[in-house]
Amino acid sequence: MKYLDEYRDARVAQELLEQIRGVQKRPWVLMEVCGGQTHSIVKFGIDDLLPGEIELVHGPGCPVCVTPLELIDKAHAIASRPEVIFCSFGDMLRVPGSKCDLLTVKSRGAEVRVVYSPLECLKIARKHPDRQVVFFAIGFETTAPANAMLVWRAKQEGLQNVSVLVSHVLVPPALEAILDSPWNRVQGFLGPGHVCAIMGYREYEEISARYKVPIVITGFEPVDLLEGVLMAVRQLEGGRAEVENQYARAVTRDGNAAARKVVSSVFEVCGRKWRGVGPIPQSGYRLRAEFEAFDAEHRFDVGAIDTQEPAVCISGEVLRGIKKPHDCPAFAKECTPAHPLGATMVSSEGACAAYYLYGRHLKPDNRNAAGKAGQAG
Amino acid sequence: MCLGIPGQVVSLEDAGGLRMGKVQFGGVVREVCLEYVPEVALGDYVIVHAGFAISPVDEEEAARTYQLLEEMGQLTELEETAADPGFGQGDRPSDKPS
Repeated sequence: MKYLDEYRDARVAQELLEQIRGVQKRPWVLMEVCGGQTHSIVKFGIDDLLPGEIELVHGPGCPVCVTPLELIDKAHAIASRPEVIFCSFGDMLRVPGSKCDLLTVKSRGAEVRVVYSPLECLKIARKHPDRQVVFFAIGFETTAPANAMLVWRAKQEGLQNVSVLVSHVLVPPALEAILDSPWNRVQGFLGPGHVCAIMGYREYEEISARYKVPIVITGFEPVDLLEGVLMAVRQLEGGRAEVENQYARAVTRDGNAAARKVVSSVFEVCGRKWRGVGPIPQSGYRLRAEFEAFDAEHRFDVGAIDTQEPAVCISGEVLRGIKKPHDCPAFAKECTPAHPLGATMVSSEGACAAYYLYGRHLKPDNRNAAGKAGQAG
Repeated sequence: MCLGIPGQVVSLEDAGGLRMGKVQFGGVVREVCLEYVPEVALGDYVIVHAGFAISPVDEEEAARTYQLLEEMGQLTELEETAADPGFGQGDRPSDKPS
């Protein structure tokens, strides 16, 4: 496929690795911010190819992972109501709440539907005027324009039977939380390419300048990731700290103006709780007052559900780059993708699940076979 | 979750005031909302996430990045050839008497 195959070219990847080996003199710790990048890195074994002194730690950018337990419990409470058709991205169906997951709720008779685009909810609502259609609006900045458009159009069309359960989080406050931590090890970031396709990267320029940390906005294919690492290491070795844009074919400094306009009309910034991390101020979106009528938490009165997360796993430290999946005694034992104990095992973009899927818990001999099985799936 | 896939716009339509279109990814064609990429025309490539085109693919930038990488590859090959100890004296252009 055009714009995919050329960024998976093994020859170019080898060339970039040579360049990285030539530039790197000292040990460095880099964090890839986005879960999609983590998945690519582990799938293609990019961290294993890099010189041993360049360590990649995995960031908090998996919205499925960081959606707090209480919101998942709220989703279950809403989905269980007989008048509700509950719609969600497929990723959320197997994420466990405090008791079960959405698939189990569905098996007990709830109407739960997977949608590819939030706009499908409008069609469902028009077709079933006697039912309440609720969309689980989760995601980072990348997904906010799609979710905002659903609400915007529902209001425009006067659809009374559409609402959204919002759990939107933002990347820059999470980076600041990581950099502010006394345990922080991250010296440079591979910035989130698709988040910046929407938002641009001016916010990242402020962070880079304030914390004197290089941020390279990076794509998702092996060649993108290796070039991102090369650019970040060049900055670190040269004593520079600035924002560079590796993913210029999709990202501009100002992002997508049309998308940002609709997002800021529908949503406003608020504090949000992150699963495994805790509350971060100004780190998410909620509906603006003008769109409050579309807020499923109000419509179905589930605001009082406040589930506390059991402190059984180290996902909070994995999400902040302090620990790796291997460091957890439960990893690949009590905790697997089929029975996840915490945030980073619940989605294939979580670091623990990616490690498990691509055989990082096995001996090296068995890892290739597991990796191939993972790719086939 | 933030997965975005590049595909080519193969049709455009107005669906009740919403700019929609069909986008082809390899062999698969999907209906995509193009409201956020007003500059995109038929045949252009876009990055699609959750049923929405979130960004056009800048063909010049894509070509430039790839060309840089290609040139870098060729440069290193030249350097390797020049440094190859198997090369006989006088075979390299710089070694030829002027």
